[in-house]
Amino acid sequence: MWLFILKRIAQAIPVMLIVITVTFFMVRAAPGGPFDDERDVPPEVLKNLNARYNLDASVWQQYTDYLLNLMHGDFGPSFKYTNRTINEMIGFGFPVTLELSFYAMLFAMCVGLLAGVVSALKPNTWQDYIPMSTAMLGICLPSFVLGPLLILVFGIWLEYLPVSGWGYTATDKILPSITLGSTYAAYIARISRGGMLDVLSQDYIRTARAKGLSSFRIVWVHALRGALTPVVSFLGPAMAGLLAGSFVVESIFQIPGLGRYYIQAAFNRDYTMILGFTIFYAGLIVGFNLIADILLVWLNPRLRHQLASNT
Amino acid sequence: MEQIEKGTSLTQDAFRRLRKNRMAMAGLGILVCLVIVALLTPFIAPYSYEAQNLDLGASPPSAAHWLGTDIFGRDQLTRIMYGSRISLMVGFIATAVALIIGVLWGATAGYLGGRTDALMMRTVDVLYALPFTIFIILLTVIFGSSMLLLFLAIGAVEWLTMARIVRGQVLSLKQQEFVEAAIALGLSPWKIIVRHLIPNTLGPVIVYTTLTIPSVILLESFLSFLGLGIQPPESSWGSLISDGVESMEEYPWLLIFPALTLSITLFALNFLGDGLRDALDPRASGD
Amino acid sequence: MAKKLTCWLLLAGALVGCFHDNRTAVELGNERQILHIGNGSEPSDIDPHITTGVPENHIQLALFEGLVSKSSATLEIVPGVAESWEVAEDGLSYVFHLRKDARWSNGDSLVADDFVWSWYRALLPSLGNQYAYAFYGIKNAERFNKGEISDFSLVGVKASDQYTLTVELSRPVPYFLELLDHHSMDPVHRTTIERFGAPGDRGTAWTKPENFVGNGPFMMKEWVPNKVVAVEKNPYYWDAQSVKLQEIHFYPIDKSTTEERMFRAGQLHIIRQLPTDKIETYKTQYPDVYRFYPNFTTYFYRFNTRRPPLNDQRVRQALAYAIDRQQIVERVTRGGQAPAKSFVPPMQTGYRSSTAMPEDVELARRLLAEAGYPDGKNFPPLTILYNTDEDHQKIALVIQQMWKKALNIQVKLENQEWKVFFASQRTGNYDIVRGSWAGDFYDPQNFLDVFRANNGNNRTGWANAEYEALMQEAEQTREQSERYALFQRAEAILLQEAPILPIYTYTSNALVAESVKEWHNNIMDYWSYKHVYLEPVTRSSERD
Repeated sequence: MWLFILKRIAQAIPVMLIVITVTFFMVRAAPGGPFDDERDVPPEVLKNLNARYNLDASVWQQYTDYLLNLMHGDFGPSFKYTNRTINEMIGFGFPVTLELSFYAMLFAMCVGLLAGVVSALKPNTWQDYIPMSTAMLGICLPSFVLGPLLILVFGIWLEYLPVSGWGYTATDKILPSITLGSTYAAYIARISRGGMLDVLSQDYIRTARAKGLSSFRIVWVHALRGALTPVVSFLGPAMAGLLAGSFVVESIFQIPGLGRYYIQAAFNRDYTMILGFTIFYAGLIVGFNLIADILLVWLNPRLRHQLASNT
Repeated sequence: MEQIEKGTSLTQDAFRRLRKNRMAMAGLGILVCLVIVALLTPFIAPYSYEAQNLDLGASPPSAAHWLGTDIFGRDQLTRIMYGSRISLMVGFIATAVALIIGVLWGATAGYLGGRTDALMMRTVDVLYALPFTIFIILLTVIFGSSMLLLFLAIGAVEWLTMARIVRGQVLSLKQQEFVEAAIALGLSPWKIIVRHLIPNTLGPVIVYTTLTIPSVILLESFLSFLGLGIQPPESSWGSLISDGVESMEEYPWLLIFPALTLSITLFALNFLGDGLRDALDPRASGD
Repeated sequence: MAKKLTCWLLLAGALVGCFHDNRTAVELGNERQILHIGNGSEPSDIDPHITTGVPENHIQLALFEGLVSKSSATLEIVPGVAESWEVAEDGLSYVFHLRKDARWSNGDSLVADDFVWSWYRALLPSLGNQYAYAFYGIKNAERFNKGEISDFSLVGVKASDQYTLTVELSRPVPYFLELLDHHSMDPVHRTTIERFGAPGDRGTAWTKPENFVGNGPFMMKEWVPNKVVAVEKNPYYWDAQSVKLQEIHFYPIDKSTTEERMFRAGQLHIIRQLPTDKIETYKTQYPDVYRFYPNFTTYFYRFNTRRPPLNDQRVRQALAYAIDRQQIVERVTRGGQAPAKSFVPPMQTGYRSSTAMPEDVELARRLLAEAGYPDGKNFPPLTILYNTDEDHQKIALVIQQMWKKALNIQVKLENQEWKVFFASQRTGNYDIVRGSWAGDFYDPQNFLDVFRANNGNNRTGWANAEYEALMQEAEQTREQSERYALFQRAEAILLQEAPILPIYTYTSNALVAESVKEWHNNIMDYWSYKHVYLEPVTRSSERD
């Protein structure tokens, strides 16, 4: 197992290098520079700005300079937010987004798994249709619709919950977490129902049933494990997706998270910021996928043996 | 010869089972209706999708305009009908692109394992990590804003998750007896992947596909924000919904009807998806 | 199962009820004199010599004060750091007498040398101040900023003594006093800046809340990116006894719909721009909080005069004369905007364009026919380019239909992402493009300069020798009425040759809570917080 993890970490190095290189040249190839705006920047000012941010060097020179700084852990200054470094911005935004994603995932897992398991137990009855229809509503209502709707109902009409903010009051984290998590809850419900149905029809469950194991044990120990397998392979990308897709929710609810910076950076052509965030984000993806793969192995005893013998 | 005959009978069997599933058939019926309406829209649409009636402005549903009008006085029913042409096409084609690439990629990686697996899955990681917004902007500038590019761009991101899911499934399937038997029989890896592994991953794949279609339909409106895809006055469900949200308190019908249309489509897809999954499941025949 | 769920829901509801403080941020703020303002996007910085945006400026107005200031009620020039000033007969030299009690927020006194050093910094080429041109009326300022001379003592600004600042201009600048409260001319604290880097370094840590020193009525308290910038009362401010607010919180909110919801839920006192769809509701149902006032900004289309058929003046005129501006402002923008038939918005100081662009479909059709496209025949397919935004899209859609109806021509629409949009303009890769121009200071020159041949903002490829000559003549003229006459002649040429199609003059549609007193709105969207105070609304029910 340890060897497996080590190997994966070693694989992450070329992944990161490719991501950095491709992104570096991609942002510079994209039309519109960091200083393009409604008002034209006078050429002499532009010259000074380019010199300040090392944009007057050859692209190759910029690339090697960047990599060199990166090795010292320096992501460079933001072009747009002049008095901030990328490291600082990540420091501000990441804990917020992580917390938001965590709550959203928690909500998604609890609601999704419950709905999925309940509906798989009695397929094609009302016990199946109701949770599944609700789940589907969660998918039909993307966060840019669900968020404002929830705000309207709970924030403005009922006045139960704050309409925006993060960390001002005890309750302002509820609506954003639900908004962000609902789509994933729906996915998890659907996927776990499917996985569960698959498992329930497999021979070993039938055997277990025939052997007289209690149906409780069958469902919660054997079948749930089967239901979790597809969910887990979905989880790695989902967590990464949550982190990246949080910008919609963050801007609806006015949350100072990473997602908002990331999208702002892309629109501002803030080269260093895009790169810094992409690298950080790539690291997260590699990490989450690794965790998902470890879980996958753990859920699947046979795979464990194979890995043990292969590596 | 025998195998082909057996295959046909399996398909027929699946069809028979599908036909018995009323919910699935209802779903199929709705989808067929939607596609027919979309195809016939230019002939049956009650109004023009672009002609404006500024004096009418936004009006609630009425006898003349069943689903109301937008602030330009354009008939919403017409705009939803025209929107379905784009949205359904994007939904189905882009998802198909994602499905084909994702399933093949994931199954190959999962089955071959070892270095190939690592290489293929790390490629997926790289693609996941690239900044999507910049990627799309760049694509649009290089290739111009065409529908073909829209399908490819969406397919290019959506297949990644599909690949991961399929790989996860294949990893757990390939230890099972029927795969070992196939290997023992000397079947080529390609045949094992296509004939034995992929059919057995269909359950989660179908579920995930039916979920991908609506998210693709909505993604289209974000891409048109970036300048890729439809240009106004054309409409799509995604753009109607995202415009409708802005004025949901003043003109709720501008959000409700497009959202309802998308929901109905999604429900239909899901019932059909479930039916298909059950029908194709080789073990389900006994139930 | 269902029962259990109900129980949980009830419990959750009860918990929510417990935590729910009935008083909103606005109500608490009213008691403690804390003003909450929705401030558009996240400020890029607050260094007055670096930033260019409106949200940044709104914060700077609280943190800095220039030589002079403006009354937000009348836009009149009022004393700022300078108590009084004298202008020489020829208008080429100014003497400012600084008040003796002017201080920085750390208690240091503010003297004339501070201004000399601040302007030196603002003009340093390496700083890349985009508003350096505001100084160009000052003797040798332009040459210093462009690196032609490196000795700042040649530049026409001197501290004759601690409290006297003299400024020498190279040409009469009748609006020079107007410029003095522009943020690029604000004083900055030398020792603080030098502690964190060289004067010409961009983006040093001096603007961080813990380091910041300013001279305005407020000083920095907290800055959490994408969450809030909070400023608090500056005890060293010379007029601190007039300042009643204790704190101002500026919230960076990218979406106007979010902003409006926050206002409705009592989290904000003031929002600057109401979503278009909400204007009607507020106008009719909540007139007490709704404020609408014109803005010194014009919305217009640029024609690419380098491309056929738009290189033909008649084609441009035909397009420009065929639209119905009244319809656009009434049905589409719906915020009380004024249809603009000229480029410079009508001004309270008396400037008004002498000509108006005709709205005449018959004439437009005739012009198009003369240009070789009778009834729109063979008219090449043009594209209207705009940056992705619902409001721009709506206007483009209406104009597209108007041209189709009036001229029987088909134009396409294309939206581009913000930066791509500007890259397309920079490279001249467009037919017709949406634009807007906001005046930096209250003078027609700020608008008319845009379409001079060598101005980077022109972007249309249009150049006219007579226009250029008139603008040059106006630059050397001191008498206001003569200047205005020259500007009118220049603007008439611009409207006649039609490289642009003016559409409307902007309005601000703001919401201001009833508890906010002494808050004045004006055409420059210039904010002054000095005299603002909050008075709790004593009404039994806030709602309904």
